[in-house]
Amino acid sequence: MENIIKGKAFVLGDNIHTDQIIPAEHLVYSLTDEEESKKYGHFALSSVPIEKSGLPNGGIKFIEGDNYISEYKIIIGGSNFGCGSSREHAPFALQKAGVLAIVAESYARIFYRNSVDGGFLVPLETPEKLNNLVSTGDEIEIDLSTYFLTNKTTDKTYTLNNLGNVLPIVEAGGIFDYARKNNMI
Amino acid sequence: MGMTITEKIMAKSAGKKNISIGESIWLNVDTLMTHDVCGPPVIGIWKNEFGEKAKIWNKDKLVIFPDHYIFTANKHANRNVDILRQFAKENDVDNYYDVGTDRYKGVCHVALAEEGYNVPGNVLIGTDSNTCTSGAFGMFATGVGNTDGAFIMGTGKIWEKVPESMKFTFNGELPEYLTAKDLILTILGDITTDGATYRAMEFDGSGVFSLNMDERMTLTNMAIEAGGMNGIIAADSVTEEYVKSKGITDYEIFNSDNDAIYHSKYNYDVSKLEPVVAKPHSPDNKDTVRNVAGTKLTKCYIGSCTGGKLSDFKMAAKILIGNKVKIPTFIVPASTQVAKELAEETIDGVSLIDIFKNSGCDIGQSSCAACLGGPDDTFGRSVDKDVVISTTNRNFPGRMGSKKSEVYLASPLTVAASAINGVITDPRDFL
Repeated sequence: MENIIKGKAFVLGDNIHTDQIIPAEHLVYSLTDEEESKKYGHFALSSVPIEKSGLPNGGIKFIEGDNYISEYKIIIGGSNFGCGSSREHAPFALQKAGVLAIVAESYARIFYRNSVDGGFLVPLETPEKLNNLVSTGDEIEIDLSTYFLTNKTTDKTYTLNNLGNVLPIVEAGGIFDYARKNNMI
Repeated sequence: MGMTITEKIMAKSAGKKNISIGESIWLNVDTLMTHDVCGPPVIGIWKNEFGEKAKIWNKDKLVIFPDHYIFTANKHANRNVDILRQFAKENDVDNYYDVGTDRYKGVCHVALAEEGYNVPGNVLIGTDSNTCTSGAFGMFATGVGNTDGAFIMGTGKIWEKVPESMKFTFNGELPEYLTAKDLILTILGDITTDGATYRAMEFDGSGVFSLNMDERMTLTNMAIEAGGMNGIIAADSVTEEYVKSKGITDYEIFNSDNDAIYHSKYNYDVSKLEPVVAKPHSPDNKDTVRNVAGTKLTKCYIGSCTGGKLSDFKMAAKILIGNKVKIPTFIVPASTQVAKELAEETIDGVSLIDIFKNSGCDIGQSSCAACLGGPDDTFGRSVDKDVVISTTNRNFPGRMGSKKSEVYLASPLTVAASAINGVITDPRDFL
């Protein structure tokens, strides 16, 4: 696990559900075939209503044209991020699109577990809502050793909640690596 | 200090006497369920992570129901079923219910009950968020993703954080116009889609225990719609009768202690509740049917794990008998057993299936079908600017197909009444 995560912010609202992150019609592609799995990156966040895509103004596409990698590496959400179905394709799609971390006030349980156990990205919680304090395109730096998030564009720093119980799994890079490290498998 | 039913089952599964809220514990899984959407990636991860040594921890405890994208020409979807079939063959998975055979069942959450996998006191994990449905049998049941599914497939274990519990008590006997769907949509309106995140939702009270198993499953099915880890109803004589009819004799009944600690408690008097809907585009966007009555519709849909069980169709048929539907109305029995029962059950000597046919409904084959949209050729899928009223569990934009469509969630009674008028209609107008 890298202690410093840097990148441009993509800001979303509350209750971003898995049907918005990766619509059900796309769940049929292979997750293991390198080429075919790029489709998940391409369709990541494709069902977020466009006026709510890239806040505060909206109207910003997460993925441009035929790309499968986004220029945004950090998602800033609100409450209940990742609610809805259990599809692990959701954090997978975001990882495929190049997302390294999500920062949200709270997560739906399955999305949070999938992100951590699958080692796709780091889901970080904040004591206060940041999705009305950060704008899409702002340069963000997250320091996991101190749990501070700095908005380089506005030069403001915010506190993140520590990862608590799941830190060893995040550090190991997922549940399998954690289990191997601890001689469970 | 007392314990809740959820805490007791988790403690038993972890082999611990005492557990505390917020603590992460390792549970021993009694049953792992997967399907055609998440099964192939679970298998992929399992093979990749365990390599040559990959072995199912206990193949009798693994159950696979293809159910999501079944009756479609979509080649990727069909490939997923092929992967399941191949895996079951290679690994001698007896509990695989293949498409195109007599064993095919349909929607996993309903089939789990019918095939006797729901056992009071057990831990059942599924790679599907609505796995919480099985909690209706006094067991701990929750959904996970592919990685956790693969981990369980190899080890039989999963870590869980012991949740706080919320208690929802319904007092009184439900009047004829009220259903379990109205109760859970009422709760969702009150606590919203993240009102129970990471918590257990326990249902209690004479109103709940007066319900049959189908209706109890409708309640627990939508715990996840409030973010709940699990929904749970303690097993009683109704549960015992059901599981015994499936040949299950080895089960354990747990009840919450009187001095158990709850995050919060909600009490409802069912005689004061009304038929409700969840308006577009969220399951917590509650309103009374009376308030939205007259809203013009283009489609009606009765089906899915939460709304396509025998009792759902009995309720719908009670309203549809002798009436004609005004707009396309899709009937999708959740399982092949439900489909069979539609031909056997009668009202005034007419089978339910004939009641639906006579009223002009379209009948589909057992599967998840349009509940989650699916490939373009999916039965009942919403198109363009459809306005749908549906007995399913989610109405997010695009959930039933078209991103431009609007979906109202409601009870089978309300959907049937609305089908006759072509506009949202209170079922009391027909009862």
